[in-house]
Amino acid sequence: MSLSPDLRLDFPALDQLVGGKPLVYLDNGATTHKPRSVITAMSRFYERDNSNVHRGLHALSMRATDGFEGARARAARFINAAHAAEIVFTRGTTESVNLVAHSWGNANLRAGDVILTTEMEHHSNLVPWQELARRTGATLRYVPVIGSDGEHGLDLDALERLLTPQVKLFAFTHLSNTLGVLNDAAALCAKARAVGALTLIDAAQSIGHEPIDVQALGCDFLAFSGHKMAGPTGIGVLYGKRALLDAMPPYQTGGGMVVSVTYEGATWKPSPERFEAGTPNIADAIGLSAAFDYLDALGRPAISAHDHALAQHACTALSELPGIRVLGPKSGQPRGGLVSFAFAEAHAHDVVTFADQDGIALRGGHHCNQPLMRKFGLPSTTRASFYVYNTEAEIELLVKSMRRILKFFAG
Amino acid sequence: MSDLSDLYQSVILDHNKRPRNRGKPPTANRVATGDNPSCGDNCTVYLHLDPSGRIDTIGFEGSGCAISQASTSLMTTLVKGKTLVEAEALFNDFKSIVTTGQAPEEISDLAAFAGVHAFPARIKCATLGWHATLEALKQPPSA
Repeated sequence: MSLSPDLRLDFPALDQLVGGKPLVYLDNGATTHKPRSVITAMSRFYERDNSNVHRGLHALSMRATDGFEGARARAARFINAAHAAEIVFTRGTTESVNLVAHSWGNANLRAGDVILTTEMEHHSNLVPWQELARRTGATLRYVPVIGSDGEHGLDLDALERLLTPQVKLFAFTHLSNTLGVLNDAAALCAKARAVGALTLIDAAQSIGHEPIDVQALGCDFLAFSGHKMAGPTGIGVLYGKRALLDAMPPYQTGGGMVVSVTYEGATWKPSPERFEAGTPNIADAIGLSAAFDYLDALGRPAISAHDHALAQHACTALSELPGIRVLGPKSGQPRGGLVSFAFAEAHAHDVVTFADQDGIALRGGHHCNQPLMRKFGLPSTTRASFYVYNTEAEIELLVKSMRRILKFFAG
Repeated sequence: MSDLSDLYQSVILDHNKRPRNRGKPPTANRVATGDNPSCGDNCTVYLHLDPSGRIDTIGFEGSGCAISQASTSLMTTLVKGKTLVEAEALFNDFKSIVTTGQAPEEISDLAAFAGVHAFPARIKCATLGWHATLEALKQPPSA
């Protein structure tokens, strides 16, 4: 079952010229475009149902509450959570990780404990753990990435040595935003569980591309953003096992998360409301719900196959260019839907500026992964990242544009 | 849409390929580093001043795009012999060139960067080395 090329028509933003050329949008790892159904769901909310949730008894407030809680139930179905109460709405992956680091981390970690993460993490799944370690006296350790270009992924032998009973949490990315390595998240969770460690999966890059079932993965927490999966910005999810969430103290306090307040103190609602102080992002939650519907209608195995095939094609074609270093898995090895590369002759910023002149949107820089780039001795790379609407023809345009750049700088 | 040959002039390509004053001069006793956190580019400038406060030695290290490398290289050739005040005046001329695209007639090589004004995201690439140099000029000398 493959994706229909007609689905491009679902995305209004794709229908435009950039520099007189049709837009080739290959910056999906940063954010994806939104289908009309998502945009319509949000404007429909503002035009007809706009109201605050939970505390109102009037018709619009009840519709808003139904939409917002419906989005929560839809999110639970999308990742196969056991209960809707295991879905906490956040601003995105970063806030989800910070919520766990502050709430669970501050309450549970002590000097002598170990937080384990990996060398391939985005800053958002790295800096919160550094800060948590600093606050609590816990130690932060990293599972190494192996291969001169990270082509062998995580060092699983080192993982066995690093997973000691002192490890209280193993936080890792499902799909590396820089390498394109797709980790075997279920196996990693099982190894962590065997030493009694909790697990947090950063699913920012995988949520819109790979089928995800939190019960099959066996993770304790999973974090993702809406905007990298055809949904709106400013909304994301923290999934947490219900017993864990109910035992965690609040992250922020205020309205909406309390049972009873006196001048002396307050008591908290159970999760998820405990972690959603203040008026939530109702419209974007409803837009996110429409994005879940859209992706499930396309079929997530088909999306995964499509994105993997494009990345494989791009990796193979780009690898033939002179003086190129492709990070992550070599051609033919499994890879998620993105490719990062560096040229000896041309810096990533120059590459991105040139490609933009051809109507091609790429990302150049350190991809919020400075320590890993330093390990590879690369100041920056160029990244092409793919989504449901990208085509083989667009990969050909990418390669043609890269050839033009190399000719210019070699000349 | 501006043409790329306006941005990547031959002066720029030449300085990018064959940077002048690259490396850390052994006599340098003032140093400053500029970082561009959005892209990871960085530039460290090393200086030595003569007794009258004029730059007599300058060198730079770091990594960056063609615009930042060429701009820093060209800058090192232009600020030699200049005081802090004179270097700041030259930087003001340069900033005006890269933000407006207009270059005064008496300015020659720096005018090659006029094309940057059509690419606002790249202005910080062009000024990275300049900021490091002015910062280094303000540093106290090390022993």
